[in-house]
Amino acid sequence: MSVATKARKLGLKQRYALMTRGLGWETTYQPMDTVFPYDTYEGIKIHDWDAWEDPFRLTMDAYWKYQSEKERKLYAVIDSFAQNNGHLGITDARYVNAIKLFLTGVSPLEYQAHRGFAHAGRHFRGVGPRIACQMQSIDELRHAQTQVHAMSHYNKYFDGFHDKTHMHDRVWYLSVPKSFFDDAMTAGPFEFLTAISFSFEYVLTNLLFVPFMSGAAYNGDMATVTFGFSAQSDEARHMTLGLEVIKFMLEQDEGNTPIVQRWMDKWFWRGYRLLALVAMMMDYMLPKRIMSWQEAWEMYFEEAGGALFEDLSRYGIRPPKYHEVAAKEKDRISHEAWGIFYNYTHAAAFHTWLPNEDEMAWLSAKYPKTFDKIYRPRYEQWAKMKAEGKRFYNNTLPQLCTTCQIPMGFTEPDDPTTICFRSSEYRGERYHFCSDGCKDIFDYEPEKYIQSWLPVHQIYQGNCGGAELGQVLDWYHINQGADNLDYDGSPDQQLWDKWMSDRKKAAS
Amino acid sequence: MTRNVSITLQNTDDARPIIEAIEQDNPDAVVHHYPSMVKIDSPGQLTVRQSTVEEKLGRDWDVQELHLSIISLSGNVDEEDEYFTLSWQ
Amino acid sequence: MPVTAIGKYEFEPLDKRENFHGNIITYWNWEKHLMFCSPVALPFPPDMRFGDVVEKVFPDVYGAHPDFEKVDWSKVKWTLNQEPFTPDFDRSLEENGFDHKCVVRFWTPGLDGYKGSAN
Repeated sequence: MSVATKARKLGLKQRYALMTRGLGWETTYQPMDTVFPYDTYEGIKIHDWDAWEDPFRLTMDAYWKYQSEKERKLYAVIDSFAQNNGHLGITDARYVNAIKLFLTGVSPLEYQAHRGFAHAGRHFRGVGPRIACQMQSIDELRHAQTQVHAMSHYNKYFDGFHDKTHMHDRVWYLSVPKSFFDDAMTAGPFEFLTAISFSFEYVLTNLLFVPFMSGAAYNGDMATVTFGFSAQSDEARHMTLGLEVIKFMLEQDEGNTPIVQRWMDKWFWRGYRLLALVAMMMDYMLPKRIMSWQEAWEMYFEEAGGALFEDLSRYGIRPPKYHEVAAKEKDRISHEAWGIFYNYTHAAAFHTWLPNEDEMAWLSAKYPKTFDKIYRPRYEQWAKMKAEGKRFYNNTLPQLCTTCQIPMGFTEPDDPTTICFRSSEYRGERYHFCSDGCKDIFDYEPEKYIQSWLPVHQIYQGNCGGAELGQVLDWYHINQGADNLDYDGSPDQQLWDKWMSDRKKAAS
Repeated sequence: MTRNVSITLQNTDDARPIIEAIEQDNPDAVVHHYPSMVKIDSPGQLTVRQSTVEEKLGRDWDVQELHLSIISLSGNVDEEDEYFTLSWQ
Repeated sequence: MPVTAIGKYEFEPLDKRENFHGNIITYWNWEKHLMFCSPVALPFPPDMRFGDVVEKVFPDVYGAHPDFEKVDWSKVKWTLNQEPFTPDFDRSLEENGFDHKCVVRFWTPGLDGYKGSAN
């Protein structure tokens, strides 16, 4: 790439000042409050918008230069992956199911983030945050597009990749990521940034992208690693924006502190629940594993997050409420989530399977307190049923948590053998939750969550194509007998096994 | 107790001189290798110095080129023309 | 104000009873049998006989579990909305105190799942 000349007239700080602050103005035809009507109603008080500082000091001209370089590199890899039949180089076709979940669950969120940051950026009267949001909005659109491009190669060979947007709006488990983002998008601009930039990007996104993408590399999926890390290179900037917005709010007015703390509590828990899906991807869906969910949680939340919250304590901020519950759950949520999908994989657009002996040995070593006691016997029983030709599928719809919308499969913080039930009453109606974290979120803003579009209740109300499972799956656009059911016996498996046996024949 | 700051870089040709420069300039840093990425932890502070990276690369290097190789970070960022620093206060 | 909002913010609950075509939603959980990953949701007419749920519906819901046929229903411990409760099998759900979105949990003494592992 071309290199900027060293003999600059202006330093980084000056350039940043001119290319951000220098671009803004006080409106005169209309008062500022009318032009920017949304940046005060949340109760956040800002006295000096110019105190906003982007630590990277990235300006739009430099932004375009580096982003285009990233794109060139990424598309070279995606192209060569497709040209060289990269899908044949992955460790095992079971792995592809993690990518299906990514495409239907995560990529649509990138697009929503693109919209969300465009909206938030429009509504900040300060130029610094407005430009940071503008860059992030463009980044997120790039992520959605590159992910769809990269994964389109798998769509040529494997099932379940054909209708991500339609599925995202309808399929029961995809209401979990969808409702998460809808919740953030319908909040004000400051809460949106706290939710997405801080709690999700800064505190939790490492858990999604970093170990999972490294796992993709370990499993031979060059295309995913490349879009993953290309996206993640923007993420470092997004994380910095997240920390910046928090410090900005906290430094502007003491009265902002309790509001920020409440948002941190809420969005930590919402993000953490969403990541149960990632936990299961890491522990069950990567044929070769680099680290367990528990290890990733310890490295990225307990260590890195611990340092972060210690740093923020000078503002009177404490670690998010219920982080100690997350610590208690770290050796079970991946297993509980996999159990949910094993139960209902006949209604999903990806396959599940029983871990093999080697995988169980790994899980048992990584989860010495829980795996052999609770989860290994479960898999033994399911294996027995499968051997008798009665692969277990749960044929009754699950109860869902009103807030996170995940089936109520999580257990009591101090008892991994008992389901955790919580409930609240609001205006004569009863609502149910999987945890104290989800209940607290409801109790603070019940009007928001009484509108939850809970897939199970929608099916029972007759709004999802019909009363029979087959009709609902048609309405989801799930190709029955191909996209759903166990990996064993699936068209994906048959195709993969044929490729592998052809390869052996060719080699002998 | 001093908390670690951390930077994660891609394990690529572009990033290797940066990793070497970090190791040289931050003697307390610990480098962890994972598939396709390198995570570097350092107690309290970590600096990427333009001059050291340029020495390793044998060409001019803009600190903002870091954006092409970075995966993740932990710590407060301070960036100038000559350096990029992560720290906890 | 129940929601921090830019204006009036009032909505009807999406899951009120009248949206379920005469049924009430009931949630059921067989404790210590986590092979069933979560409680199940079932819509029933409120005048349905309680015993019919156990005798006619449960076999489809829980019959896959080897413990199911060993259950002695006279010894089962029940809670309704987290309160201890003794169902009358011949009375309707409503007469048994069931309401919309109620939670029923039941324990089967001596049966704690596959090899006692709560599965």
